[in-house]
Amino acid sequence: MLTAEEVTRLQTEAAEVRKEAIKMATRAGTGHLGPALSITDILWILYSRFLRYDPKNPAWPERDRLILSKGHSCLALYATLAKKGFFDESLFQTYCNKLHTLLGGHPERDLPGVEANTGSLGHGFNIGIGMALAGKADHLDYKVYTILGDGENQEGTIWEGAMAAAHFKLDNLVAIVDRNNLQVSNYVDRVMNIEPLPEKWASFGWGVKVVDGHDFHQLEEAFSSVPFVEGKPSVIIAKTIKGKGIPFAENKVEWHHKVPSAQEYKELDEMLGLGAL
Amino acid sequence: MLNKLPITNKKAVRVAYGETLVELGGLDQNVVVLDADVSSSTQSKLFAQKYPERFINVGIAEANMMAVAAGLAACGKIPFVNTFAVFCTLRAGDPLRSVVAYPELNVKIAGGYSGVSDSYDGATHQSVEDIAIVRSIPNIKVIVVADATEARLATMAAAKLKGPVYLRLSRAEVPIIFDADYHFVFGKAHELVPGDDLTIIANGYMVYKALEAVRILNQKGIYPRLLNMHTVKPLDEEAVLKAARETGAILTVEEHSIYGGLGSAVAETLGQNYPVPMKIMGFNDRFGETGGYDEVLAKMGLSAEEIVRNAENLLTKKAKR
Repeated sequence: MLTAEEVTRLQTEAAEVRKEAIKMATRAGTGHLGPALSITDILWILYSRFLRYDPKNPAWPERDRLILSKGHSCLALYATLAKKGFFDESLFQTYCNKLHTLLGGHPERDLPGVEANTGSLGHGFNIGIGMALAGKADHLDYKVYTILGDGENQEGTIWEGAMAAAHFKLDNLVAIVDRNNLQVSNYVDRVMNIEPLPEKWASFGWGVKVVDGHDFHQLEEAFSSVPFVEGKPSVIIAKTIKGKGIPFAENKVEWHHKVPSAQEYKELDEMLGLGAL
Repeated sequence: MLNKLPITNKKAVRVAYGETLVELGGLDQNVVVLDADVSSSTQSKLFAQKYPERFINVGIAEANMMAVAAGLAACGKIPFVNTFAVFCTLRAGDPLRSVVAYPELNVKIAGGYSGVSDSYDGATHQSVEDIAIVRSIPNIKVIVVADATEARLATMAAAKLKGPVYLRLSRAEVPIIFDADYHFVFGKAHELVPGDDLTIIANGYMVYKALEAVRILNQKGIYPRLLNMHTVKPLDEEAVLKAARETGAILTVEEHSIYGGLGSAVAETLGQNYPVPMKIMGFNDRFGETGGYDEVLAKMGLSAEEIVRNAENLLTKKAKR
């Protein structure tokens, strides 16, 4: 159980991560802001309370691995990794702003802390399966966390992987589905319905929990109880809000890939205290 | 180096490959083998029998297999991915490109049943496009295997090379061209027959067809050079240009589309550096079909007789220059 103070602290810190994501996107004039903001709380609690890592030794073999299978949400990952000491926050200035930047539009392994080049949906999750298999083979007790988009569940490879992870009894693998109900063109259920999602994952042999992806108590409880079922991989379906933290972007389909205008940034600055770009 | 024609001793490339996987498994604990449930076809079953704990059958799910291999490689393993050439380059083409090749992960891709070597299963199981695909993807090294001897040496070499390697293998039993003294050097063309009248550049099973053609040409008083271009990428440009300068005409022969394969690679080099009369023999913008292996190849114009005919045409063109 988290104390009230711990929750407040996580919320305050996650708000700082959101600010950096907003600033990077605004500065560069590009970025998938909406889907980054929906996973910010998930990333922050994972890196603050659950992942085992050493930012000074990002290749440490026994580290836990986190793969952002929905690679387009990398703004939140970049901000999180820097705040956790993997690289200097001065690199934020280079996000999509400079040739050869380590902070591109999709995450790449050249940046310390990034485990896989993702962007093509429906593969990062499966890379995670390979890492989980390697952990079992090497008798290392690390866990592999992969964050999937809800729309990404439309990719066939996700279900190839879901089947395989259960078959290989990868209880060191955790998938988190960012269930924000939106994808690039419309609501997920209008584009291609993925429900009943918990039942689908369960029927593929996974332990399943459905949580509020912005409620730190629920996230804490879910991540603390991994694996949900011994010998099974675990999936957390996290109900989230796309664009969380920007009132006028929340639950808006166009904020999949949209950045604040100068006027909007001014409004946000007054609201959140973003400061100069 | 070379066994004498006619060669009656045959062995399937896939069997030699499977045996070499077992050998590699004993040499390096990090070697792991994946298959998409065709291990009795690819012969990865030999490894599975010896090292079951390092063998992963992912089921009929090639794209998943490719990404899983990437994850294993990122953790220090040396994964050998096995399925038919057509499936590992097309069905699993996106993860091959974006999650294996782009981050240059140490995954070895064994394309079994390439060309029309699985002749009776027809075009869906055959592959005459795979080299064009892998050759256009950065960071992938491409080796086309000619016989059982080369299969072993190329597989050993692939394991030693850092980063993704595409090994083009085949199903059929083919003559063992090379004896035990054969020295395989990755990235270097191998001159099987010296000669100055023209140069035949071949790889895979077509090396044997070319050898047969050379014998016929010799009887006619024509002495071609024969190069085995087992490594298609990076191409041994030096050997190609030397051949162009010294012999003045180039004939390429491959069990692959005339688009994007060995012939294209050679043409790109010649066209930009030292153009000479050349001819690309291969699948002329068409799929394979069902039939006996040599029968299908002959129908596509891939026979010793057709190589001879094209060589003679080239000599005429060369003389007119």
